[in-house]
Amino acid sequence: MGRYLLKRIWGMVISFFGITIISFFIINLAPGSPTDLQTDLNPRITPEIIEKLRKHYDLDKPVHVRYIKWLKNLSTLDFGTSLSPDGRKVIDKIKERLPVTVLINLLAMIIIIIVSIPLGLYISINKGKWKERVITVLSFLFYSIPSFWLAILLILLFGIYFHILPISGLKSINYASMNSFEKILDLARHLVTPLIVATLGGIASFSRYVASNFDEALKQDYVTLARIKGVPEGVVIRKHALRNALIPVITILGLSVPGLIGGSVIFETIFAIPGMGQLFFQSVMGRDYPVIMGILVLSSVLTLLGNLLADIGYGLADPRIRYR
Amino acid sequence: MKDRKSYLNLTIKRFCEKKSALVALFFIVALIFLSFSYPLFSKTSPDEINVDRILMPPSLDHWFGTDALGRDVFARVLYGGRISLLVGFVSEGIAIMIGIIIGSISGYFGGRVDNIIMRFTDIMLCFPVFFLILSVIAFVEPSIWNIMIIIGLTGWMSVARLVRGEFLSLREREFVLYERAVGNSNLKIMFKHILPNALNPVIVSAAFGIAGAILTETALSFIGLGVQPPTPSWGNILTQGKDILEIAWWISLFPGLFILFSVLCYNLIGEGLKDALNPRQY
Amino acid sequence: MKRLIAIIILLIFIAGCKNKQINESVQISSDSKDLGDKLIEGTIGDASNLIPFLASDSASHQVADLIYNGLVKYDENLNIVGDLAESFEVSKDGLKIVFKLRKNVKWHDGTPFTSDDCVFTYKIITDPSTPTPYSGDFMTVKRVFNPDKHTFIVEYKEPFAGALSSWGVSIVPKHLLEGKDITKSELARKPIGTGPFKFKEWVQGERIELTANDDYFEGRPFLNGIIFRVIPDMSTMFFELKSGNIDLSGLTPLQYERQTDSDTFKKRFNKYKYLAFAYTYLGFNLQRKPFDEKRVRKAIAYAIDKNEIIKGVLLGNGVEATGPYKPDVYWYNGNVERYGYNPEMAKKLLKEAGFEDKDGDGIVERDGKPLRFTVLTNQGNDARIKTAEIIQRRLKSIGIDMKILVLEWATFIKEFVHKRRFDALILGWTIPQDPDLFDIFHSSKMEKNGLNHYSYKNEELDELLVRGRKIIDRKERKKIYDRVQEILGDDCPCVFLYVPYALPVVDRRFRGVEPKPAGIAYNKYKWYVPKLEQRY
Repeated sequence: MGRYLLKRIWGMVISFFGITIISFFIINLAPGSPTDLQTDLNPRITPEIIEKLRKHYDLDKPVHVRYIKWLKNLSTLDFGTSLSPDGRKVIDKIKERLPVTVLINLLAMIIIIIVSIPLGLYISINKGKWKERVITVLSFLFYSIPSFWLAILLILLFGIYFHILPISGLKSINYASMNSFEKILDLARHLVTPLIVATLGGIASFSRYVASNFDEALKQDYVTLARIKGVPEGVVIRKHALRNALIPVITILGLSVPGLIGGSVIFETIFAIPGMGQLFFQSVMGRDYPVIMGILVLSSVLTLLGNLLADIGYGLADPRIRYR
Repeated sequence: MKDRKSYLNLTIKRFCEKKSALVALFFIVALIFLSFSYPLFSKTSPDEINVDRILMPPSLDHWFGTDALGRDVFARVLYGGRISLLVGFVSEGIAIMIGIIIGSISGYFGGRVDNIIMRFTDIMLCFPVFFLILSVIAFVEPSIWNIMIIIGLTGWMSVARLVRGEFLSLREREFVLYERAVGNSNLKIMFKHILPNALNPVIVSAAFGIAGAILTETALSFIGLGVQPPTPSWGNILTQGKDILEIAWWISLFPGLFILFSVLCYNLIGEGLKDALNPRQY
Repeated sequence: MKRLIAIIILLIFIAGCKNKQINESVQISSDSKDLGDKLIEGTIGDASNLIPFLASDSASHQVADLIYNGLVKYDENLNIVGDLAESFEVSKDGLKIVFKLRKNVKWHDGTPFTSDDCVFTYKIITDPSTPTPYSGDFMTVKRVFNPDKHTFIVEYKEPFAGALSSWGVSIVPKHLLEGKDITKSELARKPIGTGPFKFKEWVQGERIELTANDDYFEGRPFLNGIIFRVIPDMSTMFFELKSGNIDLSGLTPLQYERQTDSDTFKKRFNKYKYLAFAYTYLGFNLQRKPFDEKRVRKAIAYAIDKNEIIKGVLLGNGVEATGPYKPDVYWYNGNVERYGYNPEMAKKLLKEAGFEDKDGDGIVERDGKPLRFTVLTNQGNDARIKTAEIIQRRLKSIGIDMKILVLEWATFIKEFVHKRRFDALILGWTIPQDPDLFDIFHSSKMEKNGLNHYSYKNEELDELLVRGRKIIDRKERKKIYDRVQEILGDDCPCVFLYVPYALPVVDRRFRGVEPKPAGIAYNKYKWYVPKLEQRY
């Protein structure tokens, strides 16, 4: 186990450097520079001003020099400062966006799990019946709807026609003057529509995943054995099949760890939620290298960790898997 | 050889037993036919502008109404279907080709080669897909072909993993050992003997992949980086319609339904293939 | 479990309904100028930096403009008047301006405002280490000095027509910035100015809240505050507006014409309409064939139906542009070649230039080379893309094959516009108050990164543009720019397409909104809401 971990961590370190090098060079080779948004097509800009701005942002130095400098700063956990006009610390920009994104993603993940597992079992148990077919078609339907279309339809329905839910944002204007119960209620009301949009697709695919795992588990020898031994069907399902069917769920959970901090631009744009997706999109469009790199570092570390956790969890739950 | 043929027959038979998949396949074929023969159905060309009939609701002249420049939405949706279906096929084709090559090399040779390639694949998987797409789009102009190539270039990783897995388990089989002993070249063994046996999961993932590519194009259109005007695609017609959903529902409804429908069909086909190609069930 | 969820959902819905009813009990009330209420304004993008000369995005400026003052400002009729300066005097030769400053002005932190702040602002803008796009305005300044606390004097090396207006730049507080690195200053996040509104709170990407400045030198604003809500999606913004959560927002032509005609909407909002300070054009690259020929450029100009574009793209909410100014400004000269839609003339001009469709493929050619070109525009601007699509159809009908390429902004500028790698492009310019066009049309701006991306050179125009910068007298100056517009119309380095209308709506409870040539936003500190209608 110890050797296995060591080997995995060494691999993670290599991957990490690979990721940062590739992304740093991709970003820097792309045309355009962060000064563009400030200087482009502004009649007041002279070439001297552009040079001045470039110097200010270190853009006059070669890429590898900048990469080494960036790496040095990273070793002291310094992500640098944003190149956008606000000139703020990258870590601050990420920090203020993170809670919203994590909150929504975490809630969405919990809802997806809570709904999908029973739904998956239900599908599996009723396989072949019309109920299963209806659910299957519905779940494919929700999986196939472009998310922004669904979002707008729901906003129109709940926000405009029925007038029962807020349209966008996370807090009402008078949020500050509410008591804590009202605050929670206000937040909850704002979250309903976004969460529906965020979870429907996930529920659709995850419940099918659970269902097929469960099917698989029911075909295993030990389940057949238990049935032959006369164990009641309910106990077979609960005790033998279910436990084994849920093992792959751990893998999926591990793999969704990085997803917790990744936002979706489209989702956040429509619901006017200032999350990581918008920050990332704006940074790419504005060629804000330090912010892009900061987010990539964070998400790749989480991805690598998530993979590791998934593998360990998998091994712990299923003794048949050995670490090599 | 005979074995393979009967296996194919069996697969087709199993696939046909799955009615939903069969119906889906039928619809996709019909859709492809329709979008390539749209001039037979539509009098107007998809980019015939007429500012005097902006945003007209569906009528006999314009079955799906007109858009913000007075163009016939029916013609645009059908023509856009051509683009969207093409995007799905070509980009997934590229992804599968890259995935097969990388995955089979990795799985066949194993060892250090496998290690390096899989490390690289893992690295690629670490990037958010949207970042990859955005950074490529920054290099190249967003023409239809580039969009397809981009979606393809950023979608091969899962295929590579699947193929590698199959190769790893197949390369120790007797028939491979035999071919090797006879002295066949690696290339021949890889692509003539192992690959056909490793294709099942790839075919299944291709059906899902096409669906995914259509949705990716739609998402790219939303942020303005999809197929560029005046060429219509379902994604960009839908995006154009979203801001005026209340007054011109027809602009977003029809492309929306077509996206929904075709993605649904591809998924059902994928499901059907999964059941048909997975002999473990029997 | 199920029941719990049901109860929660029910609670949420009930709470929602309750909120709603408050808004609808609005009554007609007297028109008294009461204090109170807040204005909630929707904005597409978040501000970036609230030190105004460090930011170049309009989102930052619309917020910062309420917090800071310049020495002078443009009033509602676009005349330059004193702002922090009580009065000002420009010497006859235009080489010296004396500003007499107001004496009762305080910064939001209570410190008195003095001429030291003005000197400091000048120094920091012209400091090479300040990353500002605005230092160009102050290149010709010889020196600035302040004989006393309330007098500020600028001397110029040579006469500069834009001198006075350049002092509309926001004056920043010396006592908070001196000796500090301005790029790391707290003021970028928590600005302190002299303006009618004070900064209160900024939730990144969500909203910026300002409150009334009780000590404002022109008197406290009537409103208690202004909140800018960031809503990046146009359709979401419109939904929020319709349900009454936003009081002020701009409309798209479609929303203005088709989506806001209902009685409920009209009961709640006042719609306004005035010409925006911007025009859209189709620019040619004169270095490329055949756009080096005036005839070809003119042929294309005649083939474009500007009215069709205005109808199709703006639904009639715009006027045709005939030059770089809009029709309702002082500098406008309508007596130029206007290029009304005339496809026959276009064909004739093409024929004169040797372009004819000999092989019958619908495309005209000369020496066997068909007339094909690509027009570029930037991604994210729906109006420009639609304009391109309409032009494409019109050019096709006279035998020109035009392709459209829509590019992401940074790539577009860096790789194509600056490097002159284009045939033609569709872009827009804002129309500044000062008529100076030197940067856009003078031949010295042809080289790399210059804004004369047409690579257009006309010696008479060059001379006029240089002269126009140095003449202080308005009437004399107008003569020069009248001639400039004639030359531009005749040479046709670009086809001026349209000036769109700005289409804002404001909730009816706000009084004192007066549309003027400057728009409606110039006097927000004078807007008020009668007590009975106040909401927040």
